[in-house]
Amino acid sequence: MKKELIELRVNGRTHELAVEPNKLLLDVLRQDLNLTGSKRACDDSSCGACTVQVDGIPMLSCTMLAASCEGQEITTVEGVADHGALAALQKAYGDFGGSQCGFCTPGFMMTVRWLLANNPEPTEDEIREALSSNLCRCTGYTQMYQAVRAAIAADEKGLKHELVETK
Amino acid sequence: MSGNGFSVIGKPIAMVDAAGKTTGAGKYTDDLSLPGMLVGKILHSPYPHARIKHIDTSRAKVLDGVVAIVTGEDAPNRYGILPVGHDETALAVEKVRYIGDNVACVAAISEEVAEQALGLIDVEYEPLPAFFDPEESMKAETDLIHEHRPHNVEKDYHHVFGDPEKGFAEADYVHEARYIANEVTHAAMEPHSTLANFELDPYTGKLGRLTVWSSTQVPYYLQHKLSLVLELPMSQIRLIKPLVGGGFGGKSEVIPLEIIAAVAARAAKAPVKITYTREEVFWAHRGRPRTIVDLKTGVKKDGRVTSVACQVIQDGGAYCSYGVVTILYSGALLGALYDIPNIRYDGYRVLTNKPACGAMRGHGTVNVRFAFESQMDEIAAKLNLDPAEVRRVNLLKPPTVTVNGLRVLSYGLPECIDQVITRSGWRERHGHLPKGRGLGMACSHYVSGAANSIIRSDMPHSTVNIKIDRDGGVVVYTGAAEIGQGSDTMTAQIVAEVLGCGLSRVKVVAADTDLTPIDLGSYSSRVTFMSGNAAMQAAEEVKKNIVSAAARTMNCAPEDVNMRDDHVWDRRSTTSDTDTTLSEDRASGHVDGQILRGSVLQTRKQEGLKTHMSFEEAVVAAIDFHGALTGTGSYAPPVEARGGKHKGGGVGPSPAYSYSAQVAEVSVDEDTGEVTVHKIWAAHDCGRALNPVAVEGQVIGSVWMGLGQALEEEMIWKDGLLMNPGLLEYRSPSSAESPDIECIIVESVDPEGPFGAKEAGEGSLAATIPAISNAIYDAVGVRLREAPFTPERILAALRAKKGMKRIAMTESVDPTAPVRLREHGGSLWFRGKGPLRHPLDPARRSAHATGGEQ
Repeated sequence: MKKELIELRVNGRTHELAVEPNKLLLDVLRQDLNLTGSKRACDDSSCGACTVQVDGIPMLSCTMLAASCEGQEITTVEGVADHGALAALQKAYGDFGGSQCGFCTPGFMMTVRWLLANNPEPTEDEIREALSSNLCRCTGYTQMYQAVRAAIAADEKGLKHELVETK
Repeated sequence: MSGNGFSVIGKPIAMVDAAGKTTGAGKYTDDLSLPGMLVGKILHSPYPHARIKHIDTSRAKVLDGVVAIVTGEDAPNRYGILPVGHDETALAVEKVRYIGDNVACVAAISEEVAEQALGLIDVEYEPLPAFFDPEESMKAETDLIHEHRPHNVEKDYHHVFGDPEKGFAEADYVHEARYIANEVTHAAMEPHSTLANFELDPYTGKLGRLTVWSSTQVPYYLQHKLSLVLELPMSQIRLIKPLVGGGFGGKSEVIPLEIIAAVAARAAKAPVKITYTREEVFWAHRGRPRTIVDLKTGVKKDGRVTSVACQVIQDGGAYCSYGVVTILYSGALLGALYDIPNIRYDGYRVLTNKPACGAMRGHGTVNVRFAFESQMDEIAAKLNLDPAEVRRVNLLKPPTVTVNGLRVLSYGLPECIDQVITRSGWRERHGHLPKGRGLGMACSHYVSGAANSIIRSDMPHSTVNIKIDRDGGVVVYTGAAEIGQGSDTMTAQIVAEVLGCGLSRVKVVAADTDLTPIDLGSYSSRVTFMSGNAAMQAAEEVKKNIVSAAARTMNCAPEDVNMRDDHVWDRRSTTSDTDTTLSEDRASGHVDGQILRGSVLQTRKQEGLKTHMSFEEAVVAAIDFHGALTGTGSYAPPVEARGGKHKGGGVGPSPAYSYSAQVAEVSVDEDTGEVTVHKIWAAHDCGRALNPVAVEGQVIGSVWMGLGQALEEEMIWKDGLLMNPGLLEYRSPSSAESPDIECIIVESVDPEGPFGAKEAGEGSLAATIPAISNAIYDAVGVRLREAPFTPERILAALRAKKGMKRIAMTESVDPTAPVRLREHGGSLWFRGKGPLRHPLDPARRSAHATGGEQ
């Protein structure tokens, strides 16, 4: 298939790319932009390892055409870090064992990031429900819940700190 | 300082590679690429059993973008993970043996071109009769799957320990039943991937050294098998293991694509990467075989086991793989959990025309443990005893050697049982919950590494090298394969603890055969015990040199030198306490390493005698005094732990065993047959938890995987075709369906483990399945003897209990299931109607003929 030029905005940067119209977003991210954080694991949109955010909404990049994302803001796991340092969520996943082999972790980062942006104080059930879109074969999820709680606590602490400073 | 007196050990710390995983920066094999890299795609067999008459690649070869096509003839050498099971070739030679068997590989400039080329390869097959059921397969006289395996039996073992017949005669009660656990697979999140590249001689263009990056748990074995197939010396092959996205045993042997990628790279004279699709991962398989267990247990009135007879038939698939080891583990690990005085074991590993089964978490023990722990519960119910008490009266009294030659030193099972009983409120609640809700208990155990390696030799199972530079940077070289279980972190912790330095000083270089010494790999839960012991020995060797130099500098005896938290001091000096606390902020290690080089250091050295020094100062003193600061440690299991001399006695022995006890709380919906697991209490004796977060992660992960096998996971076959080759159809529990899992760590401190540590990653899995089945019995009074306990099977059992007509509810899902259900009624073998070795008697054969599978 003949390639076409598209402009893709990923993690705050605009890239001009020549891609086939039928090329999937995941393949463009991994092959054309070398952003290999997003993973391919299932081929049938059942596992969530390829999750990225498109305009803030978690989407499966393995079943989206790259060309359809023109003009939208794409965030991948590479764009989660906070000014070059680990975001609270990333640190918490490491500290509490939310990540073992780590292959599913990028997808979970994008899903949980969306959860916390839209529901800063989720209940246990809401966390479980949000995480159920992604599959993990290592952790049994239990330590992920602890990590999410710890990330919320750390964010709250940071927020208070910022408030004090602005005063 | 932590309570247990260690500075790094026993603390909950993040994995050393955690940041790479949460930021996406960490590289897995499929994330790698090389200039000029080609994509490899494999053509798979559409037949379960067929002779290849002809392969014509001419149409595919001329397709623009195709660089090379390889078939079986390009690499006909046989290999296999076990020396007794060399029955695989990289690509099929003469015959294909399962749907998905590898026929040809195309290396092309893109995935699209490669796919297109696959469609242009013409293969002429002559279909042969195929075998899908192990008991049917054993009757085969002709069209054998492998010519050298009569009756398609890969291997059978017949073990007798003690006097089983006398044991049964002494018993007050004998219980027997048939248990079936269906086939499950690892489904690790990362699909297998391999990148292979030959260096080319720039003058002649001839092939030089081969470098392979692969998602493997066993870099050394892979290097060995590549050498065998490619006829290259091992020194000409460099094996690098990038991050691995989960293995669970599925990457613990050589998977076809790992050899095929190298063969294709050789033909294409260019780097070739092959990454499996999810469907191909299911075909590669090597999971836990469908296992039919006929179990008979004799007990005294108080529940004491007098004798056990166990016959196991495993549906091993088309190749040997780890099969011989699997069937041996199934029998050997009947021992070492409880005190069983007499054991008879008959194990059959049978070949069928399906993807090969291999090692999966809890290798060989899980399905037999499901049978045994279910039977304990049935016996308890029959004799009106508390299931927990039945287990207590059968405890081992360590140190001991079991009747089948397994040495047990540390044994935390009693405390594990106490813990789960207390936490779950077992005494008050078991048998007293409202109808539809119940509690079940089960125990399990697993080896901390096999005491005998696959390739029989006296070489160490693990070796670790350490070098320390003048700025105090510690580099550890280990062949141990990090697959997400935390082996790099464990290695760093042990070295940091021994050297008394900060954890972040330690850099681990792992699993690169050019750099790291031989380690057998990450399987049978061996890494912490074996590689950990090697790391400890290496660190102690280096420490000896640092201590002697520090003693010289501080003018004290080496015994008086203390090293801890990046600080070295003379223990007789009074200021040591405050200095230790002062050095806490230096413990991070990245602070002042660099500035101590050169002149600053020289000035300090001239200051004269001192009573304390920093880690860097001590290192510099040691290098100045001894020369290069390096150390090596290795580990080989002690001879006493290597087991009995009987045939097959090499499998099962381990230097130490982990123990687990679990209680599951479930509810059963009697209308829909749906089981909900509310909570699982899991106590695990891991010797010592070097990193409690990692141990909890391993235990919870094992329990969760057991939960999947208990409730949902099952590979469903129709005429050799896998009906559910995707993560959507092969269901594993999502976060919404996963219960709370409470992990209780029990530390029995093993005398031979590194800091007392032993296995944590597999042992808990086996107890979960029977714990859930026993809980279902407590809830609704039906005994599930076939896993997984799907709603169909629960409903069928409930209907049978009520005396209602059985409906073949599973027919829509699995056409083979009704036949399996008919097999539930127990074994003729145990009713004395069949011979002791596998039943081929007419009565049984006619029963099968009317059953008529396929």
